[in-house]
Amino acid sequence: MDPLTTGTDAPRPVGRIRFMNEQRVNLDGFAHEDVELGLVALSSPADPEPSLVVRDGKVVEMDGRAAEDFDVLDAYIANHGIDLSVAEEAMALDDVTLARLFVDFAVPRDEVVRLVAGTTPAKLARVVAMLRPAELTIAMTKLRARRTPSNQAHVTNRLDDPLLLAADAATAAAYGFRELETTVPVLADAPSNAVAVTVGAAVGSPGVLVQCSVEEAMELEMGMRGLVSYAETVSLYGTESVFVDGDDTPYSKAFLSSAYASRGVKMRVSSGAGAEVLMGGAERCSMLYLESRCVSLARAMGVQGVQNGGIDGASVAGAVPAGVRELMAENVMVMARNLESCSGNDALMSESHVRRTSRTLPIMLAGSDFICSGFGSIQRYDNMFGPSQWNAEDLDDWLVMQRDWGIDGGLRTADPQDMERLRRRAAEAVRDVYAWLGLADFTDEHVELAVDAVGSKDLGDPDPMVVLGAAQAIRTSGLGSLEVARALLECGYHVEAERVLEMLVARVHGDHLQTAAIFDESMQVLSLVTDPNDYAGPGTGYEPTPARQREIHAIRQARGVEDLRKDQEGFASDALRVVGPAAPGSDPREVVVGVSPGVGRTVWRTLSGLLVVDVLRELLAGLEEEGCRPRVVRVNRTLDLGMVGLTAARLAGSGIGIGLQGKGTALIHRRDLPPLANLELYSVAPVVTPDLYRLLGSNAGRHAKGATPVPARNPYTDEAIEARYHTSVIALIALERSCVDPQAGPEELEVAP
Amino acid sequence: MTRAYSGRASEELTVDRLAREELATDDVRIHPDTLEHQAQVAEAHANPQLAANFRRAAELARVPDDQVMAMYEALRPHRSTGAELEDLARRLDDHEAPRCAALVREAASVYARRGLLA
Repeated sequence: MDPLTTGTDAPRPVGRIRFMNEQRVNLDGFAHEDVELGLVALSSPADPEPSLVVRDGKVVEMDGRAAEDFDVLDAYIANHGIDLSVAEEAMALDDVTLARLFVDFAVPRDEVVRLVAGTTPAKLARVVAMLRPAELTIAMTKLRARRTPSNQAHVTNRLDDPLLLAADAATAAAYGFRELETTVPVLADAPSNAVAVTVGAAVGSPGVLVQCSVEEAMELEMGMRGLVSYAETVSLYGTESVFVDGDDTPYSKAFLSSAYASRGVKMRVSSGAGAEVLMGGAERCSMLYLESRCVSLARAMGVQGVQNGGIDGASVAGAVPAGVRELMAENVMVMARNLESCSGNDALMSESHVRRTSRTLPIMLAGSDFICSGFGSIQRYDNMFGPSQWNAEDLDDWLVMQRDWGIDGGLRTADPQDMERLRRRAAEAVRDVYAWLGLADFTDEHVELAVDAVGSKDLGDPDPMVVLGAAQAIRTSGLGSLEVARALLECGYHVEAERVLEMLVARVHGDHLQTAAIFDESMQVLSLVTDPNDYAGPGTGYEPTPARQREIHAIRQARGVEDLRKDQEGFASDALRVVGPAAPGSDPREVVVGVSPGVGRTVWRTLSGLLVVDVLRELLAGLEEEGCRPRVVRVNRTLDLGMVGLTAARLAGSGIGIGLQGKGTALIHRRDLPPLANLELYSVAPVVTPDLYRLLGSNAGRHAKGATPVPARNPYTDEAIEARYHTSVIALIALERSCVDPQAGPEELEVAP
Repeated sequence: MTRAYSGRASEELTVDRLAREELATDDVRIHPDTLEHQAQVAEAHANPQLAANFRRAAELARVPDDQVMAMYEALRPHRSTGAELEDLARRLDDHEAPRCAALVREAASVYARRGLLA
């Protein structure tokens, strides 16, 4: 039932309400706060009072609970997670004082990190809950670990098609994503997906980290094999019951963390609001407090980073008051605990474009280690994690938003020609590698389909057993990335072989195991260690290099006057011919159509797409229908439409003139009116149709005959007409202005029939 | 200079050697000493817990894949009895993995109190 109608007996609301009910935001679910269910964002009466009692170097009470009552999370945090050398000092600070340190430019990040290391989960949650949205943005700018922001993409498809995965991985890498996360609809396909995305990423860029998100044990196996270069799906939960339902404990997860590191594989954990609520185990606590437990635990376990900000539960947080604020506060807790933040903006949390933009924008502006912990770089229907907050259709929006604010959201424009080349190379590389390794054979036609595919629906209906067979062969043969690199080499993909090998060599060095590590395109590690965030107020911290700033500015849609000049030249013709200087007429039935200086020289097509010549033909036909004698002159002295129209009126025997600018704006003028006045005006050139121009012609004729015609109505539009055309208007005006000659008189033009 | 698990210098991990089939899995595996080095870096960057993790990892670096996976499985909830966890801790001691062994013993004691043993 529509949540906005309360029952069949409810009176029908008025039109304004019915209209609002139909808007996209009302497809979202909104819940009353409900402490019993844990549907509460920042603070609940059941959240414990912060406390910490230490005796003989051991925590004997934490957040109101005695050691003998510690659950498995408390025990792990109390034993490993709190820096006892600073705990007394940190816990003694009142919440406001500590909160202010988060946003005070004069206090270095290191000092916040030092103090927060001594705080309990309840304490940190209370402090972060105090930060208002703008303060969270400042805190994030200051506290994130890595100076250079970055972004992560999902690369999946509903067929697990390796050629499409590779083409899409290359695409994502070309767009600038530094981590690619894949997963599977069919678990057994996982090794094949890992290989396909690894190869595709290597085609797109050096140094792209790749993961395949599956069940913990299988993900570990693939990591140890070297089939993936990082892991993220290591879930933490904020209560013991839900943690155990997830078939792990903090101890097993801590062991898992060490297992990844033991093979040189980067790893972070995942948590986030809403998970405990969805599993019915929130124990009446607020989302922020439960997440604070997860973040404390992450630090205690010794993992380098956390993916949070309500991942699968983002819409649960979004359903309650201040829930979106809570999501961002989660990320700030991670940063304050000196960990890498992979800051959500992952699962789609609203049907409303306004709302999802609102949720992401502050994080994008602040910058995060990974702004999205899964930007869906592919089609929504192909996203096997479910649709993301941002998807393939939003890539250009993201690039434009970066440019609008002059910030680094981690992405760049991929050249369209380059895109085809990369996609083909990626699809061919996977085909060749699979063939060479004896995993599967794919046809040329399949390659072509994958290169051009918008998504997997464009691939037809490939046999699912082929992928499954390849995946099983990879798993049973024990094949790893070393073999993949060698296969690439054997198949002639030298550059890609080198890139895959480089990622394996990186494991030997282990520098990317440090906090918030990514590789740049020259394989340099950027991390808390090598690229620490040094924000200390305006003029400090991350600033894109000039080259990166140019990349951010250079969206493919930007146009200049020269682009428009070329466009216009493409429509040039000999349909307008200069007859000679224009003199005043005396025939009372004569109406003059004045055109602006660029018409027939630099400007040939109006904003609506009509040729100027065709517009003139409509105007002339309208005048002739009224029995008038039309004449066309070009006004050379000015491009002002009022003056063009008035000049025409003064030349006309009837005293009535039509002014027409090359962009299509038109008016009717009379010789005795002031220049800025007019009888009728079509101001919205992009939507004027041939019929309307003809009507303007005949109305001008009626004015000439002394009648009072019914004015034509300007056509209606609800489009962002100015956003769409203002850049073209500026360029067209520049083209017109280049033809203005203040000394030149008007000249008569002949319009070819 | 960094050495791989096999002892091979990282500079020798080249495409040419890959082409000559001279590289094996252990040539692209991290050495425990490197993990100890990373632990020191983490310590110097205000994260002793990350350092501790790298030191446990250094211990596990010498343990074969299947055993590591089996140990993880044994630590999951309701998988092992207290005695089985103590056996695991002893095996880790045998692998010269005292930090991992200590983690397992701590887990055993917390699991016993919280009802998470098999």
